[in-house]
Amino acid sequence: MIISAQDLSVCFDGRVRAVDGVDLDIPAGEILALVGESGCGKTTLARTLLGLEKPTSGTVSFEGQPLSYSTKALKKYRSQVQLILQDPLGALNPRHTVYDAVAEGLRVQKIPGDETALVADALSRAGLRPPERFFMRFPHELSGGQRQRVVIAGALVLSPRVLIADEPVSSLDASVRGEILNLLLSLRDDLGLTVLVVTHDLGLAWNIADRVSVMYLGRIVESGPTAEVLTNPQHPYTQALLSVVPDISRTAPIVLTGETPDPTRIPSGCRFHPRCPVAMEQCSKTTLPILIPSRGHAAVCLRISDSD
Amino acid sequence: MTLLQFRDLSVDYASSEGIVPAVRGVTLDVAAGETLGIAGESGCGKTTLASTVLRLLPDSAQVRGEILLDGVDILSMKWGRLRAVRWSQAAIVFQGALHALNPVQRIGDQIAEPIRLHQTVPEKQINARVGELLSQVGLPASRAKSYPHQLSGGQRQRVMIAMALACKPALIIADEPTTALDVMVQAQVLDLLTGLVRDASAGPDGGMGMILISHDLGVLGTTCDRIAVMYAGQIIESGPALEIFDNPKHPYTRALAAAFPRIGDPTARYSPTGLPGDPPFPGDLPTGCAFHPRCPIAVDSCRDSAPALVQVVPHRMAACFKVDS
Amino acid sequence: MSIATQRRHRGLTQFANSFRQDRTGMTGLVILAIFIATAILAPILIPDAALDVTKADGGRFEPPSFSYPLGTDEVGRSILLMLAWGTRISLTVGLAATLISMVIGTAFGIMAGHFRGVGSQALVGVTDWFLVIPFLPLAIVLATVLGPSTLNLIIVIGITSWAGTARLIRAQTLSIEGRPYLERSKALGAGNWYQMSRHVLPNVFPLVLANTTLTVAIVILSETTLSFLGLGDPGAPSWGALLDRAFSSGAVSRGAWWYVLPPGICVVLVVLAFTLVGRAMERIVDPRRAS
Repeated sequence: MIISAQDLSVCFDGRVRAVDGVDLDIPAGEILALVGESGCGKTTLARTLLGLEKPTSGTVSFEGQPLSYSTKALKKYRSQVQLILQDPLGALNPRHTVYDAVAEGLRVQKIPGDETALVADALSRAGLRPPERFFMRFPHELSGGQRQRVVIAGALVLSPRVLIADEPVSSLDASVRGEILNLLLSLRDDLGLTVLVVTHDLGLAWNIADRVSVMYLGRIVESGPTAEVLTNPQHPYTQALLSVVPDISRTAPIVLTGETPDPTRIPSGCRFHPRCPVAMEQCSKTTLPILIPSRGHAAVCLRISDSD
Repeated sequence: MTLLQFRDLSVDYASSEGIVPAVRGVTLDVAAGETLGIAGESGCGKTTLASTVLRLLPDSAQVRGEILLDGVDILSMKWGRLRAVRWSQAAIVFQGALHALNPVQRIGDQIAEPIRLHQTVPEKQINARVGELLSQVGLPASRAKSYPHQLSGGQRQRVMIAMALACKPALIIADEPTTALDVMVQAQVLDLLTGLVRDASAGPDGGMGMILISHDLGVLGTTCDRIAVMYAGQIIESGPALEIFDNPKHPYTRALAAAFPRIGDPTARYSPTGLPGDPPFPGDLPTGCAFHPRCPIAVDSCRDSAPALVQVVPHRMAACFKVDS
Repeated sequence: MSIATQRRHRGLTQFANSFRQDRTGMTGLVILAIFIATAILAPILIPDAALDVTKADGGRFEPPSFSYPLGTDEVGRSILLMLAWGTRISLTVGLAATLISMVIGTAFGIMAGHFRGVGSQALVGVTDWFLVIPFLPLAIVLATVLGPSTLNLIIVIGITSWAGTARLIRAQTLSIEGRPYLERSKALGAGNWYQMSRHVLPNVFPLVLANTTLTVAIVILSETTLSFLGLGDPGAPSWGALLDRAFSSGAVSRGAWWYVLPPGICVVLVVLAFTLVGRAMERIVDPRRAS
């Protein structure tokens, strides 16, 4: 496992349990999609895996070693695990040129070598060719897709092992999105990168992910190979999420009422029971176990007697 | 009955870099009781097109052509008449509900604002009407006392819809009403909008038309009756929603439809499809067919001349040399 | 040449070119240049005798004439020459005190906005304390303790006028702290110093520039006030001191407008020039508005 989490919890102000018991294993070279609605804790989980957030309890491990939160160790860790943000325009300092934006990682990490060559290499690997044409451009002079490629180049320049991408295409034009997803796929194939994609978009998961983990209110409720989870969902929440993806060939959508509850008031028993269309009486009383990572397909729901 | 007609509508923006054409000769109809979807990406002119209906464009915009709302040309209307038409005959659900609501005013007062302006309801009954509108969009009437920050994103979008409904308009324009909302909330809001159009058609006031603008062809395919796809200020394909979604003719529509894959479709696994390049900047359009630099099936003639929007099969139009009639 | 120096060089040339095309900015720059040249050349062009009360050769309160273009003061010295000499004092005090004020204000503001917790609260507390303490009593106490001299005047004005800037910069820093590129920088492993110097500072800089022009104005007025109260260097005839003398010698009641107006007009012109230059720089430095 290149990156993993054991019984991870992250609380804010002592009461907001954004991540509330998550076990996660990502083997090297895998693309994992972490799927859920806003407020489910997926972004907090990603930030915690990056070491940007310190867990309240539990551990994050990189190559089997628990993460150390000393300034020096964290800095070193960050050259291995890189972040790609949702809004590339916001992620780039408007006053920095493309060259500066990509070189920033090298300067921060004080990486020796020919800076210009490294930056040019990262830009062309991110699909901006010839790279010299982009050096002096400012973010506002680029298109959305180009900006996201600059952000990706800024991550690649450090030769990381893991990319954590938070909604990497949701702010891009529909016709551009496929190209960026293709880039992520080819980075995995060519460089052996491990990619964690945080998204609410099941189509994206179907496009590129090897495995999918579905998160609801701070916990992973279902996990497994993409093809199985998305074509044969077990958890009622996953079923509902899939049913509302706009697609005319599908059966009637299960539109859940309300929105993801506030993580300060997590319901008792199964946390999904107040919105669950198939909830039973014992769902509000029985405490459910944390989903243990496995290579197979598993879900946490009282309706499923045995997860296979 | 035709509710709204665009007749060869063009919009140019005057900017420091010269004339920027945002909309280039659009002809389109919306019938009462019908939902028309306009699909397209950023900069394709879909939002500009929608804003012309209420004449909400900045002064730098020059509008040519005709927009007939119930047979009357909006572009030649006097100010007083236009103000009466705004909101009472056609209303907009803006995108980004957080910014379109006044943060320091109660929800109820904001919904009541258009009613007071147009005096469609006597003052005494305004509170009752606000309560009625809130329940129409699935919110309890007690919410009228809340401030915008006390509502969730989905609830705020419902408030925006209630505001649009306030004067019982004949036409509602929803511009990306579900962007930035979660999938489940998006489904709720779309359900609400389609339900409103359906109920209005059955109601005493006659049918209500709706224009739904989105970049997600899937959303439009499942909620609209007809779809028009825009690229670089022009309509490049139009027809019945299900047919367009199922069997797009124009290569651009095909790319849009493939951008959000059908889950379960094995051909989409590990092969996301997109187009090379980016949508063109309206001030710097390619020659000939504006789509040709990104088109996978472009031929030489595409560079020289632009194809016209013609009927390819009954009820379906497309603007492409490579689409067979 | 490395890419970075190349870019910096190109950036400076571009900046100079754009500035030259900015008509209001150039107007301000020309006005400033005249004042600065006057300040620099004053000791060369003006004989010491011109300012000496004992060697004054004009009559009392003489109106403008060919030999005294701006008339004379109560002891017969040329107002024009005193004004030119005053430019030197006023500009030195104004610029030096502004520099101190901007450095303290920017540093306090960025740190108070960047850090969280007790340290930040302490910084905000100190800022607020300086903001609510009335300027005059504090300045008078400080100036009395330090003694009257031009250097002390600079220090006193500098450390009493930064709080507003700090407030402003802190607010701007807080809004920049929320931007994703800081998050990205953190994810790249950047430390606090790097984040503040490479991301926050360049983004608050236009605000610092704009604020500088306002601070120069306030500082020059403060200098006038303190000189008026006799807290400046008695031997240095700054614009403030000049106004003070005009007032105490009864120039106003005698209708000696040539004594009262010129120092006031100079203050207004310098403040205006700084504002014009500051705004022009702001327009050019911000690439989003430049395009």
